[in-house]
Amino acid sequence: MTFKTQLEAPKNTQEIFITRTFEIPLEDLFEAFVLPELFEAWMGTNVIHLNAIQHGSYAFETSHQGKVMLRAHGVFHDVIKNAQIVRTFEMEEQIFPAQFEILNFEKISEESSKLSMHIVFQSIYYRDEMLKLPFSYGLNMAHERLEELLNNKNKK
Amino acid sequence: MNLRRDVFQAIADPSRRAIIMLLATQSLTAGAIAANFESARPTISKHLQILTECELLKQEHLGREVYYHFNAKKMKEIDLFIAPFRSLWENRFNQLEAVMKNHKTKK
Repeated sequence: MTFKTQLEAPKNTQEIFITRTFEIPLEDLFEAFVLPELFEAWMGTNVIHLNAIQHGSYAFETSHQGKVMLRAHGVFHDVIKNAQIVRTFEMEEQIFPAQFEILNFEKISEESSKLSMHIVFQSIYYRDEMLKLPFSYGLNMAHERLEELLNNKNKK
Repeated sequence: MNLRRDVFQAIADPSRRAIIMLLATQSLTAGAIAANFESARPTISKHLQILTECELLKQEHLGREVYYHFNAKKMKEIDLFIAPFRSLWENRFNQLEAVMKNHKTKK
């Protein structure tokens, strides 16, 4: 199994580098980050507002079974069409303070493109905790499923 | 490289991560581990086999019992937490690609 998404998180740094090659044209890749209806579709979220212009901002919330699981927002420092987005990102009601994100978009061919994301956290601690988040989330899901099964079993 | 890839595959599964967490503080027999899960015993045995093969768990024979314990040394070699984080982005980006391909055919 090979991954199309490359991830680098050098030890004792407060950064994460994510790169990915897409089999879609550069223009389409860029649109996926700046058009609200497209951003919603691939992030599986509900965009409250998204104004991808210099000094613009965005906010979205992700729900699961009618319950809001995550609210996040940020501002756009720079938006250069088909080239670069510099933005902040912060999840609400979480321990994490805002993080800084630089997204570089490159054309590879007419039908393929590349995204390089550079995320900078406020400290090594927050970087490491963010890396752990999907790990513990998967665990919680497994535990919840287990509890559900046990509850159903007990009801029988 | 092969071994490293196996480690990432091993921890990509939530049940296997739950087993690792369970064994982080104690050594248990396969039966005792399985008792913590709803899955069928052979499923848990398969998980234990995979985790043992990539050295995340070690087996110890005590009398007739086989105890599994967590190989902390192996965990230091790899970054346990990176695999699910990468999977998260991999899934998001796969979705992005699918959405945009679909969007394009509609245009």
